[in-house]
Amino acid sequence: MSFMKLTATTAVVALTATTSFARDNVQVAGSSTVLPYASIVAEAFGDNFDFPAPVVESGGSSAGLKRFCEGVGENTIDIANASRAIRDSEIEVCASNGVTDIIEVRIGYDGIVFASQTDGPAFTAFEPSDIFNALAPMVMVDGALVENPHTMWSDFNADLPDAEILAFIPGTKHGTREVFEEKVIAAGCEATGAYDAMIAGGMSEDDAEDACLAVRTDGRSVDIDGDYTETLARIDANTNGIGVFGLAFYENNTDKLKVATMSGIEPTTETIAAGVYPVSRPLYFYIKAAHIGVIPGLQEYADFFISDEVAGPSGPLAAYGLVSDPELAQTQEVVMKNMTMN
Amino acid sequence: MTDAISDLPKGKPATGGHASLLSESPLMKKRNAAEARFKLYGVVAITVGLAFLIFLTVSILRNGIPAFTQTVVNVEFTLSQEEFDEAESKMLKTAAYTEIFVNNITAQFQERGLDVEFDAGTIERLLGKVGGDLRSFYRENPDQIGQPVGFELSTASRVERYLQGKLTRDMVVDGRFLEAADLDVVDAMVDAGIIGTAWDWNFITGTDTGVDNPGGAGIGASVIGSFFMMLVVLLLSLPIGVAASIYLEEFAPKNRFTDLIEVNISNLAAVPSIVFGILGLAVFIQFAHLPQSAPLVGGLVLTLMTLPTIVISTRASLKSVPPSIRDAALGVGASKMQSVFHHVLPLAMPGILTGTIIGLAQALGETAPLLLIGMVGYVAREYPDSLTSGLLDPNSAMPAQIYTWAARSDEAFFEKAWGGIIILLIFLLTMNIIAIILRRRFERRW
Repeated sequence: MSFMKLTATTAVVALTATTSFARDNVQVAGSSTVLPYASIVAEAFGDNFDFPAPVVESGGSSAGLKRFCEGVGENTIDIANASRAIRDSEIEVCASNGVTDIIEVRIGYDGIVFASQTDGPAFTAFEPSDIFNALAPMVMVDGALVENPHTMWSDFNADLPDAEILAFIPGTKHGTREVFEEKVIAAGCEATGAYDAMIAGGMSEDDAEDACLAVRTDGRSVDIDGDYTETLARIDANTNGIGVFGLAFYENNTDKLKVATMSGIEPTTETIAAGVYPVSRPLYFYIKAAHIGVIPGLQEYADFFISDEVAGPSGPLAAYGLVSDPELAQTQEVVMKNMTMN
Repeated sequence: MTDAISDLPKGKPATGGHASLLSESPLMKKRNAAEARFKLYGVVAITVGLAFLIFLTVSILRNGIPAFTQTVVNVEFTLSQEEFDEAESKMLKTAAYTEIFVNNITAQFQERGLDVEFDAGTIERLLGKVGGDLRSFYRENPDQIGQPVGFELSTASRVERYLQGKLTRDMVVDGRFLEAADLDVVDAMVDAGIIGTAWDWNFITGTDTGVDNPGGAGIGASVIGSFFMMLVVLLLSLPIGVAASIYLEEFAPKNRFTDLIEVNISNLAAVPSIVFGILGLAVFIQFAHLPQSAPLVGGLVLTLMTLPTIVISTRASLKSVPPSIRDAALGVGASKMQSVFHHVLPLAMPGILTGTIIGLAQALGETAPLLLIGMVGYVAREYPDSLTSGLLDPNSAMPAQIYTWAARSDEAFFEKAWGGIIILLIFLLTMNIIAIILRRRFERRW
């Protein structure tokens, strides 16, 4: 019977597949913010070296680090991209799975910008407290902590336009969310006095910090779990909407988006590199040291990624929107000497 | 019973005295009106359906067709041996090629006397990523070093959108990707006739690129990835599915256990495909240690998804073979197995193949399970060089590639995604047409 032959062939194929395979390409996964930069480096790496181009998957910082910590071996990834630093809890998970030697590589900085439709209302000047007042479930009104009554931006800051509050913020699985919470919401919480009011109301410091980070759930703050393209589509459809983007994404879409300043500073590579623009964060990737020397091209890829020619101020990553790290030389040394964390 | 009949007055016959065949009774009118209304509903439903279809087709074609062409600049360029050696000695060789090229072209344009102000930065912004192309050309053709070579190089995506009228001058915000003044140079290049539109073969044959190089991106490698996945699906799901259904339909005793299997198969056909992706990750990658991102794993996952479809359609076509055929075969002394394989199976084959092709087409368009086994991202970056590498080397698939492109920030990739949809649709249409032809030609009706 012909399908018996087919079955036999398939069995043979399946067997050859399982017996042994040596992976000859670097496997990377993680943050969708780092993905564009990683794909640029991966393509250039394939073009410039005789190694095959690395595979770069997205999925978010947490998902990438989770896969990174699954263990050591060819069927696990070599590098995790992350838009935040690895957490202690993740290091513990890693260690319990045998991933003990991790090299942390900081590739540069990324700015988080607030942008709205070009022909929408002019959100030109934000303070972290404005974002907090707009998006927190409990805010300070006339010295008392009350449920957020604001529906218009002008309700709490007369300088802001008379427009409905509608914000599209990164979902909780994004590394961007953490930076947004820490640099904008938490800062706003303290600046408006809500944090002190919570403490005065009998909350412990930890509880107050957690309560500060909450966002309202009445539909005025929308979590976006997808990519920035999804946020852009929402902004396109909502004249009053304001969205959170990475600087590089905004710069790629200046014909559709206009950017808001934060504390009076316009986000540019210069203001971020100088550290004046308040909402920026470092981007990282993490290398499994046990894979160096086993996976061909891993060391070369890492060296190449952070070389001056690639990650420096005049390299292709900076051209795409990465704010290059002034301390790149230190990172290069870390990678060259395979200096693991701790 | 219908309302119309219950409206009849009791005890009075419907064809009562004064009713004439020539004039419509009120009841008749009502029934005719109901029928006319029903027909109208049908026409409206079909019109709405067609309108959606036309809207979809038009928007796919309008957005996708530009992906098949590209804006190119025709320039002549000579690379000297020293420049070649110098570029090859650098770490970032492609950038060195770009620099040499841009300086050379800038000088050429300045000699030519384009009457606008520009510098090397302008040319770099206007051209796409040329370094990779130049390097691979000169590495393959070392005899061309020192000779003038005519290049047809793609422009940056924004220049293309400007020439297509999608980007106007007042939309340009000066940035590192494009400055309004650069467009004067584009206009001058148009006047000089060195910029034009060309068919973009690279889109059909090429591989994926980094996010800063939309001009170089192609869907070819992921078509190959899809091909290998479909190969695995076909080789596994057809024999397993057909064997399972023949046994269940012709040999298995009918009892509670086989009923349970039957119910489960129908349920499996309705399981969301992402569930198969999670299963694939757990079983094939984490337990069986198969490589990540490999079309083999993708194929295995899609096999699981396609199997129920094939089993159901195979059983339906086996059922449709009349029992008299089996009885006749058994009557002339054939064994049960002979009657099935010599008579029933050949007669059911067209139906089985149709079901298989439709199952394959469904699997071809599936993205969700591939998300979990690492086939989404910058994956389809080179062609496999053999059968094993086709099955085991990381590759993407067409729908996964489309998804990846749609998520990138440069709008040119969005266009590529639409173009990818056109190619995917062409494959799906072809498969469905083959299924229809098979059915028309070979199917027998009793």
